[in-house]
Amino acid sequence: MAAKSYSNPIVKWIEYRLPIFSFLDHELNEYPTPKNLNYWWNFGSLAGIVLVIMIATGIVLAMSYTPHVDYAFESVERIMRDVNYGWLLRYIHMNGGSMFFIIVYIHLFRGMYYGSYKAPRELLWIIGVVILLAMMATAFMGYVLPWGQMSFWAATVITNLFSAVPLIGESIVTWLWGGFSVDNPTLNRFFSLHYLLPFVIFALVFVHLWALHVHKSNNPTGVDIMGPQDTIPFHPYYTIKDMFGLGVFMIVFMFFVFFAPNFFGEPDNYIKADPLVTPTHIVPEWYFLPYYAILRAITFNIWFIPAKLIGVVAMFGSILILLLLPWLDRSKVRSATFRPVYKQVFWVFVVDCFILGWVGANTPDAEFHGLKMLWIGQAATFYYFFHIIILIPLISVLETPKPLPDSISQAVTPGGAS
Amino acid sequence: MSDNASAGGATADMPITDEKSRRDFLLISTATVGVVGTAIACWPLIHAMNPAADTLALASTEVDLAPVVVGQSITVVWRGKPVFIRHRTGDEIKTAEAVPMDALIDPEPDKARVKKPEWLIMVGVCTHLGCIPLGQKSNDPKGEFGGWFCPCHGSHYDTSGRIRKGPAPQNLHIPPYQFMSDKLIRIG
Amino acid sequence: MTRTRKRLALALAVALAAGLGAGAATASEGAELPKQHWSFDGLFGTYDRAAAQRGFMVYNTVCAACHGLSLVAYRNLAGVGFKDDEIKAIAAAKEVQDGPNDQGEMFARPGRPSDRFAKPFANDNAARAANNGALPPDLSLITKARKGSADYLYALLTGYKDAPADMKMMEGMNYNAVFPGNQIAMVAPLAEGAVEYADGTKPTVPQMARDVATFLTWAAEPEMEERKRMGVKVLLFLIVLTAMLYALKRQIWKDLH
Repeated sequence: MAAKSYSNPIVKWIEYRLPIFSFLDHELNEYPTPKNLNYWWNFGSLAGIVLVIMIATGIVLAMSYTPHVDYAFESVERIMRDVNYGWLLRYIHMNGGSMFFIIVYIHLFRGMYYGSYKAPRELLWIIGVVILLAMMATAFMGYVLPWGQMSFWAATVITNLFSAVPLIGESIVTWLWGGFSVDNPTLNRFFSLHYLLPFVIFALVFVHLWALHVHKSNNPTGVDIMGPQDTIPFHPYYTIKDMFGLGVFMIVFMFFVFFAPNFFGEPDNYIKADPLVTPTHIVPEWYFLPYYAILRAITFNIWFIPAKLIGVVAMFGSILILLLLPWLDRSKVRSATFRPVYKQVFWVFVVDCFILGWVGANTPDAEFHGLKMLWIGQAATFYYFFHIIILIPLISVLETPKPLPDSISQAVTPGGAS
Repeated sequence: MSDNASAGGATADMPITDEKSRRDFLLISTATVGVVGTAIACWPLIHAMNPAADTLALASTEVDLAPVVVGQSITVVWRGKPVFIRHRTGDEIKTAEAVPMDALIDPEPDKARVKKPEWLIMVGVCTHLGCIPLGQKSNDPKGEFGGWFCPCHGSHYDTSGRIRKGPAPQNLHIPPYQFMSDKLIRIG
Repeated sequence: MTRTRKRLALALAVALAAGLGAGAATASEGAELPKQHWSFDGLFGTYDRAAAQRGFMVYNTVCAACHGLSLVAYRNLAGVGFKDDEIKAIAAAKEVQDGPNDQGEMFARPGRPSDRFAKPFANDNAARAANNGALPPDLSLITKARKGSADYLYALLTGYKDAPADMKMMEGMNYNAVFPGNQIAMVAPLAEGAVEYADGTKPTVPQMARDVATFLTWAAEPEMEERKRMGVKVLLFLIVLTAMLYALKRQIWKDLH
């Protein structure tokens, strides 16, 4: 790799002291990327951009928000009504959160389909799951801040879960609350942590990209890069493709912001929190619904372990189990393109996740064509864990994959070299 | 479609093809539209920090002067700051008008500081370092010039609110105001 | 072949996702809401100023006795077309609490445009005491706080009927076809001719319900017109920019192979 020399004297001066220009050149410009990436590879950069949008809008919103139980709800309404463009920033921040999860879930499913979690990218995957957990904590606390009915009651239900921990559970909950129920101390600390965590996520994203750049991106064939004939420079090919993807995303995002800003929300959260009135249906934000369904699916004790604790373990376990994916999947073949059985079962898994979400939105006693929602939730929860713990390892060992192309180049050039 | 073997533009003996200039045009126009759009998108983040509508609604305050008798001072709040309103006595007006300009640290005739001579309206913040001068209440010290006295660093203001002695560099500021009627003013 | 299966699964997933939205509705909440046509519907909707002003009259005359609008300021009424002097008069007609004065007491004074709408009761407890334990909710956000928004509000206000013979009404409750549980503490607030409209419109119950629903939608979302206007411009801009980016992308990628 030839060392690039810069002609501009200012650039040279900086470069000698802090090689930022050659760094950017290496990582963003000439950086070799597989030439066959499809649009499912756009979602990583989209997630990064949405993170920046969330931080920028969040910082300006925080200038007008008051984290006190007597003023929080009114301060948000002041932002909506009196602060210049306050309604716009609030709706961008609110819908941006939903968009962030849509993007990250697609990004995650992309990884599962194409085997992006397999060696040597296991750590990249693990960092990704940690980012997801940090996002969930951030979103959960952020939702409490407007201090609406759902804010308060979702906070109450979820923090109460920690009482399931044996022996020290109650102390943990009291510690989280800073009191004997969700109240002002809780709101204040959630504000502090909600402001902090996005910067932790930012650092994690940096580490995530660092890990990515070591072994470069996976690609739809799952076949390793073998030489420069398999790659193209990131700029201009993927910079422009990412920009285009960003444009498409912004159209969808801005449609919600301007024409359906409360689509993802709950009307009950426009009622100020009342600790003495419980809403008829406590529902978390849509991106938590599948985990909520898993939590509520466990209604039976196992031996001396209470159902509540198993439910909590299952709920957190459903995300933590993803960390083990690189080792549960023993297939030598990465991409589902060449794994006919895994591919079909993958889509069943996706549908199962949607079913879990739908169950989470309903009350457990609701019925669907005579079937109790609870049973559907239990079946879907069972399948979720069965898929990851049993099916994936089994299929990976028993399946006969399709023959892989010799190289990326060979896969993309139609019948012969050019 | 021209069959470009080279990814870049023209070679020395080929004229610059329409292809390249078309590509450049698309690049430049797209980049321009993108940059302009991004800049416009940043504006709400900046403008949100400007005073909000409820703050601007309190940017002017109306004050009813009818209850303020001759020789009485009241203090009202305008934009978060105290405003001294004094219904001056004839003597105070005469004294104020008689002061020669060269005796003043910040020369300003009394007529320039009032719209109606019996009503002195000024921002009650010392122009030195921002303390609130004493003199509004009848038992307050009024300094050596019969007006106001700032206890922080000893600035003396006269019956027109002008600095006469002490570290303050300027006369007490006159806020923008108008008489809506004989006894009603709007400040700001 | 597998592509079709992939598409089928995706379509099923999307259908289920759409079902998510409908999922909450299947959980037994009131009757189906007839869809109304509002001036503020759609991408280009605006608030019918005349209707909103009539709606304000209804709120001020009928509802304000029990329901606050404390997140809205009198000066905001310019947004439905009231003039400065009209706003001053509306504000001054109500008393707001101010103070403490130099004696340390809170006192009442006539409202100013910069004040928020005067509260009918000093606090929630006073409100409950005056209403048999029921708390009349503040209406500033009511259309955003109820599923069905203006449609729900209209149906509620026009939904007072005689209770069916087999229904046992609890003490002090009134039958309403739309309210969840069908028993509402509020007596039917609208009666024909309850308000006299300045513009001569006939004050029937459906008319007043429509007008007050328009006004309250505005009260909850005063930014809506600006939001939709800006949205049209932003989306048009983005569509143009994205088309240009696509053309540029195709052009840059054309070189490959």
